[in-house]
Amino acid sequence: MHFSKDHEWVRFDGDVATVGISRHAADALGDVVFVETPDAGKTVSKGDSFAVVESVKAASDVYAPVSGEVIEGNAVLASAPETVNADPEGEGWFAKIKVSDTSTDGLMDRAAYDAFLATL
Amino acid sequence: MTDEILKTTPLNAAHRALGARMVGFGGYDMPVQYEGVLAEHRWTREHAGLFDVSHMGQCRITGEDATAQFERFVPGDYAVLKAGRQKYSLLLNAEGGIMDDLMAGRPDHDGLYVVVNAGNKDADFAFLKANLAGDAKLTVLSDRALIAIQGPEAAEVMAAHEPVLAEFGFMDCARLVLFGVDCFVSRSGYTGEDGYEISVPNADAERIWNTLLKDARVKPIGLGARDSLRLEAGLPLHGHDIDPSTSPVEGALTFALSKSRKERADFNGADRILKELADGPSRVRVGLSVKEGAPAREGAEIADMDGTVIGNVTSGGPSPTLGRNIAMGYVPPEFAELGTDLKVIVRGKPAAAEVVAMPFVAQRYYRKPKA
Repeated sequence: MHFSKDHEWVRFDGDVATVGISRHAADALGDVVFVETPDAGKTVSKGDSFAVVESVKAASDVYAPVSGEVIEGNAVLASAPETVNADPEGEGWFAKIKVSDTSTDGLMDRAAYDAFLATL
Repeated sequence: MTDEILKTTPLNAAHRALGARMVGFGGYDMPVQYEGVLAEHRWTREHAGLFDVSHMGQCRITGEDATAQFERFVPGDYAVLKAGRQKYSLLLNAEGGIMDDLMAGRPDHDGLYVVVNAGNKDADFAFLKANLAGDAKLTVLSDRALIAIQGPEAAEVMAAHEPVLAEFGFMDCARLVLFGVDCFVSRSGYTGEDGYEISVPNADAERIWNTLLKDARVKPIGLGARDSLRLEAGLPLHGHDIDPSTSPVEGALTFALSKSRKERADFNGADRILKELADGPSRVRVGLSVKEGAPAREGAEIADMDGTVIGNVTSGGPSPTLGRNIAMGYVPPEFAELGTDLKVIVRGKPAAAEVVAMPFVAQRYYRKPKA
């Protein structure tokens, strides 16, 4: 699993990247009450806002950590947005994206991400 | 985020000791949440929540002319307000716009005790000091903190410390010795629940806060839940749902216009306000039930069923109690009737909404049985 500086994570399985938000991001948001995930077929570019996550207080954009075509948004989050708090780096994934480039340039592994969090 | 230096309340260290997440609000470093907004919201609706609202402005207005001078800028009848009672009112500018909303009461026989919003307090106090004439004198109570305890178990919690508080009705107030010190207390709040607001000396605030938290029925509640609680209660937040451009009629706060004051038409902005009462305002604050999609928040457009934008949401979000999204906003009066179908536009997507009555969640103020 790799992480962006915007606190998204990505996990590659062949050319499919599963993406979501980190435990740190989920904890910082607090109680998640609504998630808008992208529809299958949507093309996203690295750094684009591709989803929205809302806590009681505010709406926040989620930025794509990779470029590609969305093959699935996590439908569970529509009815159970609290899954993002319960298991942000597992069942609370946001989307699966078919990518042409599986490089992790510009992303951090967990040790580097933890070190990055320590600087915040 | 700004780099402004935030002021602190006397409870700042207590919030940090409780692990609160702190944010800047109204110029103060305040707790937005402790264990989480939803849990704190529900705790307040079921038990008793403790709030630090020391950022709000407290003052006394005293002197023979205090009431008459204060009334020039508010539309409530304070001349007939009995000692031991307080009243919600609005500080009006010359155009009848709402500079602030406030609570003013007579906790004793020494003029008025007034509580105003944190973000407006410096302006309010400067305005009143500059404009109060005669011998009316405004004294800012910067030596006092303000603690609110709210929820269905608040009365029992407070009665254990001072039995007389159980005999207060909603909007009763007093100056009395509580926790061994001189306090102003009112049975009121900003959550729609029964409860009290307690003004305490700064030096005693942390001791009193910690004493109240020792009761298992009481948990600390941050500004996040304070906002969702007041939204459910249909209570406007100044600077968002009402502001210096909105009149009491537009803001659906006509209950704050006393009959005698309307007859005398002797308060700031009376011309505009009385005209709006007679002819109707051009817009009015309504409650909306958002029936699908994302929460509609401040700034979201409100459209009619043809898609024409007719107004804006001024605050909104999920209602933890109702389990759906609610909002308040302004629409022309012809769209304000209960049951009117409208749309709210969130991130470009229209979602079905309906005009509903406020409060969204029934208020549970304690009203004394009639003798």
